Amino acid sequence: MSAGNMRLTLKVWRQSNTDTQGGFESYNLDGVSPDMSFLEMFDILNEQLIEESKEPVAFDHDCREGICGSCSMFINGQPHGPLKGVTTCQLHMRTFKDGDTITVEPWRSGAFPVIKDLVVDRDGFDRIISAGGFVSVNTGNAQDANNLPIAKEDADDAFSAAACIGCGACVAACKNASAMLFVSAKISQLALLPQGQAERSIRAEKMVAQMDAEGFGNCTNTHACSAECPKEISFENIARMNREYLGAKVSSKVV
Amino acid sequence: MSWFTQALTSSIGKKLIMSLTGLFLISFLVIHATINAMIFYNDGGETFSHWGHFMGTNPIIRTLEIGLVLGFLIHIADGLWLTKKNNDARPVKYAVTNANANSTWYSRSMGLLGTLILIFLVIHTSHFWIPNRANQFATGEELPLYQMMLNIFQNIWVVVIYVLGCFSLFWHLLHGFESAFKTLGLYHLKYNGAIHFIGVAFSIVVPLLFALMPISIYLGWVY
Repeated sequence: MSAGNMRLTLKVWRQSNTDTQGGFESYNLDGVSPDMSFLEMFDILNEQLIEESKEPVAFDHDCREGICGSCSMFINGQPHGPLKGVTTCQLHMRTFKDGDTITVEPWRSGAFPVIKDLVVDRDGFDRIISAGGFVSVNTGNAQDANNLPIAKEDADDAFSAAACIGCGACVAACKNASAMLFVSAKISQLALLPQGQAERSIRAEKMVAQMDAEGFGNCTNTHACSAECPKEISFENIARMNREYLGAKVSSKVV
Repeated sequence: MSWFTQALTSSIGKKLIMSLTGLFLISFLVIHATINAMIFYNDGGETFSHWGHFMGTNPIIRTLEIGLVLGFLIHIADGLWLTKKNNDARPVKYAVTNANANSTWYSRSMGLLGTLILIFLVIHTSHFWIPNRANQFATGEELPLYQMMLNIFQNIWVVVIYVLGCFSLFWHLLHGFESAFKTLGLYHLKYNGAIHFIGVAFSIVVPLLFALMPISIYLGWVY
């Protein structure tokens, strides 16, 4: 790591718990290396705060490799910051300039209440998955290749949809705080594969019903979700979910 | 709740209603723009009045008009409902947003553009449609719509309001046309290009044609 030489001003959302009102705090940070990740920069800030006997900033993180979907910072008006196709942990300080002021907020959504500072409760996503985002039949051991014929295009689309890490950037980016990109990716990855067919209709119905019950907004087709998604999940999934849901509603045996 | 009500009141159902009524209103715009464009024959309103008379008196068209009013009302009510729900979904707003990095301003402003069109519609229908139907109801006679157009569009401020209404319609359609197809699930490599092209062309041609009407009358090109 090269020597730190950036000087930054951070405006960070601080909120002690769900029930209290939050507000912005400004922090000056010296000696930030351009090679640090955004989260490493926050580690430095927290060390500084601890040395000053102040409460460190709470933020979600786990793998720091861009695959777990834990980090969730809204940086200068964009989820995961200004770069395309990266999570906050894969955003490096070289993206910013010396002397910059960076505003960091938590995901804003009624369905994602703030737990503390930049940490939000994303259990709503888990409840949507529990409602139907699974295959409950026993699919057995891994099959020999091509035992179960799947068109290459379908396999590719299912794989792309399955790349969703459930970070919630789509909700954060959407002007309506809609979760449709997430839900549609989870519906699509199973709807496209043979193992997902048995519960295809009921899955779409139940997952959409749970999404609505959580209080997420409704899609306006702005494509902001897809543009901000760190895994670049295609907007096509939302159109597929619309087909799956409406098709299920008019044809399924569940009345 | 029956499966039908459940479907229509779900998030996707509300979008479906928005999409279907939107496409229905788009089909109305085709008829409205075509018949009104008859003024460009510049024949003292003869062709325009001929078709205006047909639209205003034909019993089938008059019955369909009830559907049109319902289409407008449902599109507006559903739009307001969705806007309210969407606002509620984010009770605490962001201090900083850089939404231009991920979406167009007009795709994020459908509620605002729709409201501007609604204000325009109130002004527009009180100029022509409401007095004409009121008169038909009271006396059985139609009003001289062509002559009314010539009179009303002598006022520059009326012309400005109509042109602004057309701009709102342009941006509303520029997002709405394509968006309606996406909501229906009609999103596919094979026809996305065609829908985009037709959507952009429609959004330009129809509002431009409408805007040219008051402008042409004001400038004396049509008399």
